[in-house]
Amino acid sequence: MAAPQSFLWTRRIVLTLLAGFVLLPVYVMVSSSLKPLQDVSGKFQWIPGDLTIQPYFDIWDTVPLAKYFVNSLIVAGAATALSVTIAVFSAYAVSRYTFRGKRAFTVTVLSTQMFPGILFLLPLFLIFVNIGNSTGLALYGSRGGLILTYLTFSLPFSIWMLIGYFDSIPKDLDEAALVDGCGPIRALFRVVVPAAVPGIVAVSVYAFMTAWGEVLFASVMTNDATRTLAVGLQGYATQNDVYWNQVMAASLVVSVPVVAGFLLLQRYLVAGLTAGAVK
Amino acid sequence: MTAVTTDPKVDKPDGVRSTGTGDARRRLPRIPDRIRQGGLPYLLLLPAVLLELLIHIIPMIIGIVMSFRQLTQFFINNWGGAPWSGLDNYRIAVDFDAPIGEALLHSFLVTCVFTFFAVGLAWLFGITAAIMLQESFRGRGFLRAVFLVPYALPVYAAVITWAFMFQRDNGLVNHVLHDQLGLTDQPSFWLIGDNSIYALIIVSVWKGWPFAFLMLMAGLQNIPRELYEAASIDGAGIWQQIRRITLPSLRPVNQVLVLVLFLWTFNDFNTPYVLFGKSAPESADLISIHIYQSSFVTWNFGSGSAMSVLLLLFLLVVTAVYLFFTSRGRKGADA
Repeated sequence: MAAPQSFLWTRRIVLTLLAGFVLLPVYVMVSSSLKPLQDVSGKFQWIPGDLTIQPYFDIWDTVPLAKYFVNSLIVAGAATALSVTIAVFSAYAVSRYTFRGKRAFTVTVLSTQMFPGILFLLPLFLIFVNIGNSTGLALYGSRGGLILTYLTFSLPFSIWMLIGYFDSIPKDLDEAALVDGCGPIRALFRVVVPAAVPGIVAVSVYAFMTAWGEVLFASVMTNDATRTLAVGLQGYATQNDVYWNQVMAASLVVSVPVVAGFLLLQRYLVAGLTAGAVK
Repeated sequence: MTAVTTDPKVDKPDGVRSTGTGDARRRLPRIPDRIRQGGLPYLLLLPAVLLELLIHIIPMIIGIVMSFRQLTQFFINNWGGAPWSGLDNYRIAVDFDAPIGEALLHSFLVTCVFTFFAVGLAWLFGITAAIMLQESFRGRGFLRAVFLVPYALPVYAAVITWAFMFQRDNGLVNHVLHDQLGLTDQPSFWLIGDNSIYALIIVSVWKGWPFAFLMLMAGLQNIPRELYEAASIDGAGIWQQIRRITLPSLRPVNQVLVLVLFLWTFNDFNTPYVLFGKSAPESADLISIHIYQSSFVTWNFGSGSAMSVLLLLFLLVVTAVYLFFTSRGRKGADA
C-alpha cells in the first residue's frame, strides 16, 4: 500500500514529537546524574558544564541503596514467582474443565483486579498488626508480609491473563496427551505450559514490573530493614538539600535492569497480550 | 491420576463430544467430563482460592466492618474494641456542607477531571502511535522500543525525574518557559497551587499512554491484511482505511482498554504520591491520596474505610453501567 505524502509527513512529525516527549525525562535523568551538586541546584542547563561520575559512587553511601535493591529484588521476585505459579494451576483448571463455582471464581478474580489498592491497604495493615500482637508473627514490616500484599494486584492479573492465553491454545493438544495416558498434571507441564511460554513470560514481566514500581504498600508496610527502592529513593532529600544528581543517578541505576529486561522481552509481551487480553 | 481414566465405569461410550476426524485413538469413546475430572479442578484452584480469601475477601469484609466503627489510632492494636458508630462515618463523608464531606467531594471531582483528561490523552497518543507504526518502515522497531520506555521505567524513578523537571528554581520546565521563551513573568510553581493538576495530568499521560499503545498495537495485529488489500483495490486511501477499517476493528480492544485505563487512573496512588508527597495540593488532591491521608496521617481508619467503601461502590456502578452499554452495543453491531 503506497502511503500518500500527507500521511508520511504527518507520521514523521507526530512520531518525532512523541519520541521527544517520551525521551525528555530520560535525557534529564542521564544528564543531571552526571552534574556536580552545585550545577543541579542552580538553573537547569541543557548541556552539562562539568561532567562527573561522582554521583554514581555517592549514591551507595548517602542511603543504603544496595540493601533496598536486594529487598526490592526479593519482594518483586517472590511475588512474581508465587502469583505466576498459582495462576498457572488455576488458569488451567478454568480453561480446561467445567465445574460448579467456575463462574463465581472468575468473576471474583476479575472484580478484585479493579479494586483500588487503598481498599486493601487499611484492613491488611490492621490484620498484620493484630496478628503480630497476638502471635508474635512479624508480618507487619516484614518482606513476607509485603510479598503477600503484592499478591493483591499480581495474582488476579496473572490468573486473568493466563486464562485468556490458555484458552487460545488448542484443547486438542493436551487432550491428545491425556488420551495417550498422560495425567492431567503431566499434560499441563508437558504440553500446555511449553505452548504458553510467551503468555507466561508476558505475565511474569508485567507482575515483576508492577511490584518493582509499587509505592503504596511499600510506604506503609516496610520498616528500616525491609524498605524497598520505592521508599528508599526518598532518602536523597534531606532537610536542607535535595541531592538531585544522586537522585537521578540512583533512578537510572534502579531503572536499567527492568528497562533492559523489558525491552528484551517486549516481543513476548505483545504476543501474550494479543492472545490473552485482546481477543 | 491415570488410574481415573482407566476406571471401568468411564468406558461407556459417550459420543456427545467425540470428534469425527483424526487418527484411530481420537475416535475412542470419550469419557464424561464430570467422572474423569473428579475433584481435580478444585484441587488446582485451592491455592488461588485460599489466597484470594486471605488477601481480598477477608480484608474486604474487615474493611466494611471497620467503616461502621469509630476506629482511631487508640484502637489499632485492638480494632475489635473500637466502638460502633453505625452509619456515622458515611453520614460525615457525604455531608458536603461540613469540612470532611466538602473535602471528599472536592477530591472526587478533581479525580473525575484528572481521569477524563489523563485517560483521553493517553488513549489518543496510544492510538496515534499504534496506527503510525502499523506499517513497517526504517526505524519502526527502534521507535516501538522507545515508546515503551515510560511503561518499563519504575514509577518512582520516572515521577521523581518529573518532579525535578517541575522544580521552581532549578527545573527544566521553568527554564524553558521563563528563561528561554519568556512566556511567564516569573518562574511558576508547578508542584503547589493551581498548576499542580496540569503537572499531574502531564506525568500521568507520559506514564500511561504506552500501555494504550501496547494494547492497541496487539489489537492491530489481529486485523486481517486482506481487509486493507480489498479496500485499497476499491480505491480507498490510507486515511479512509484508517477511518473505515482500523478504528472499527479496534472497537472491542478499545472497550476493554478504556475501562482498564479508567480504573487504573481513577485509583492511581503512585504518581501523585511521588510527585507531591503525603498531602497533595488542593487542585490535585486525588481520591486515593485523600483516603490515605485521612487514614494514615490523621489516623481515622473508620472514616477512611467508609470513604474506601464509597469509592468501591462508585467504581462498581460505573463499571456495571459501562459493561451494560458496551455489551449491548456489541450485540447491536452483530445483529
